[in-house]
Amino acid sequence: MSVFSMFRTLALLLATGAGAAAQEHATHAAIPSAGPAMSEGKSFAEGGGEALYAQVCAACHQAGGEGAVGAAAYPALRHNPKLASAGYPVTVLLYGLRGMPPLGSMMTDTQVAEVVNYVRSHFDNPYGDAVAPEDVKAARP
Amino acid sequence: MAEASGFSRRKLIAMVGAAAGSAPAYQVMTSLGFAEDSPYRGPIRLDGDPKGASVLVLGAGLAGMTAALELHRAGYTVQILEYNTRAGGRNWSLRGGDTYTELGGATQSCAFDAGLYLNPGPWRIPYHHHGVLDYCRRLGVALEPFIQLNHNAFVHSTAGFGGTPQRIRTVKTDFDGATAELLAKATRKGALDAQVSKEDQEILIEALRSLGGLDKDLAYRAGPDSSEFRGYAHDPGGGLAARPMDGEPMALHDILTSRLWRGLQNFLLYEFQTTMFQPVGGMGRIGEAFARALPPDTIRYGAKVTQIAQDGHGVTVTYQDLGQGGAVRQAQADWCVCALPLTVLSQIPTQVGSKMKAAIDAVPYASSVKVGLQFKRRFWEEDEHIFGGISYTDLPIRQISYPSTGYNAGGKGVLLGAYTWNGPNSYEFTALSPAERVRRAVAYGSQIHPQYRTEFETGIAVAWHRVPFTLGCAGDWTDEARAEHYDNLCALDGRIMLAGEHASYIPAWQEGAILSALDAVTRLHKRVLAA
Repeated sequence: MSVFSMFRTLALLLATGAGAAAQEHATHAAIPSAGPAMSEGKSFAEGGGEALYAQVCAACHQAGGEGAVGAAAYPALRHNPKLASAGYPVTVLLYGLRGMPPLGSMMTDTQVAEVVNYVRSHFDNPYGDAVAPEDVKAARP
Repeated sequence: MAEASGFSRRKLIAMVGAAAGSAPAYQVMTSLGFAEDSPYRGPIRLDGDPKGASVLVLGAGLAGMTAALELHRAGYTVQILEYNTRAGGRNWSLRGGDTYTELGGATQSCAFDAGLYLNPGPWRIPYHHHGVLDYCRRLGVALEPFIQLNHNAFVHSTAGFGGTPQRIRTVKTDFDGATAELLAKATRKGALDAQVSKEDQEILIEALRSLGGLDKDLAYRAGPDSSEFRGYAHDPGGGLAARPMDGEPMALHDILTSRLWRGLQNFLLYEFQTTMFQPVGGMGRIGEAFARALPPDTIRYGAKVTQIAQDGHGVTVTYQDLGQGGAVRQAQADWCVCALPLTVLSQIPTQVGSKMKAAIDAVPYASSVKVGLQFKRRFWEEDEHIFGGISYTDLPIRQISYPSTGYNAGGKGVLLGAYTWNGPNSYEFTALSPAERVRRAVAYGSQIHPQYRTEFETGIAVAWHRVPFTLGCAGDWTDEARAEHYDNLCALDGRIMLAGEHASYIPAWQEGAILSALDAVTRLHKRVLAA
């Protein structure tokens, strides 16, 4: 350690007034120990439909796709016949719908396809025809 | 704006001022865009007799209550339907003893000590939000300073400086000093000869030296000149060992690559410039004061609007009386000011024209999450000498705000331990259980303040997309949507007029709600008098 860098370290310790604390910052891991990681940057980092659903869609549509009701409602995605055509959920996700924000700019084509396919084949939805990333790309604004 | 144009405008104003005194000069400044006219022109006067006309207001947030208050004063018969069992809407403070149930059913009991609170929604008032400030004055809501910029708070990045938080004071001073040195030396080398006159170059160099903390050699480096701005490695004291020690500035490269400069914008933007204010005792004091100012029983609580109809004679609103098992009732009036969030209104069958309906459906709502954390002691003050202000970080919590009140008194305190606005982390926090949001806010925050680990007591988390009365935080307009729909949203449609922050150019701010309501009732009143 050079004299210069020692001086800087000393200055830092004096400036923060918490020497032990300052040393601890540098070594402590960035992610809390348990549960799913959170995204860095401006796009969702989750991979796969299940993770995307659980960490994004479930914010409003709830963990089991049951939706929620207050002064207005988040529609249940469970057993939802509007999902019969894959184009509908793709469009809603990319363009938003009324109060629902458009989320497509924070997801890749693959992620949009994955989460749409997940919802359409889970929560009592029987739709097996998967959308491809190319379909999503074609539907983007 | 080009330099030459600005210079000639200023010269023109100076000439007008010299020739005709300051009042004409002010008018010229206004017409040239230098002195902005406030859109708030003081308490509105709704002159003329409405002859017993009645208005039904939907939503007892600040927009709805502003409309109701002014219409009542003008002689209208006014009733408000409100979904919640309290007034204020997003103007809201959570205090010890409060319970809050979010969409999905999770209920949190706020266990804060007496006097401590979280403002889940608005929490600060810019000095130029004249409407909010005037209503606070008229309704007797005491204000105190809200500290936005505290030089001794932190900017933090997980990658820069090894993840060690840096004082705003040193990052800002060292960035300003280093850039001042570069510009001063470039000027001295003649790099600006083509753009700046020799006389102006000398003044520029003097200004950079004065404002940047440069020494006589135009260098920004450890020494008394820089220390007067960035502070000292060892502060000046008294008696023996009193001599100050200068600190070594950070390298410009480290500041640039750490991206810590990103946080500094939060202290420069018009909306965040000093002086900012907060109501003493919590932002919710404003909504409470509005409700007190209305005639008794103006607000019908627990009313969930399910249909809005109108014809040539009046407006009929159907609602469920939530306090009576959801019994279906109707309210009628000659006119309606609807201040429901668009997330809610867009789902209610509403008898308006296709243009207004399209506008109601065109505005998504922002995602936002706040977490309040109570600690056993105010370690940020005791250990780190941070009195108010905000630390900014690239961690998912984004910021930590320190209370702007109760300084230096010891005891417990509540920090705003997370405040997200859109972006992936806001949705991810919303999807977590309230307890997990709080746990993560503590875990992330402990990377900036390790004292979290031993001093944390209790927390509460509000994710706005799970708030039952708004289903989102605030209207998130795009320029394209505004161009297509904004005027249609604000127009009077038969007997129905909308109001709220979403019907303003100041979305997500209380000022937008109030200015929107004042504009709505002014136009409505004119229409009533013309009838």
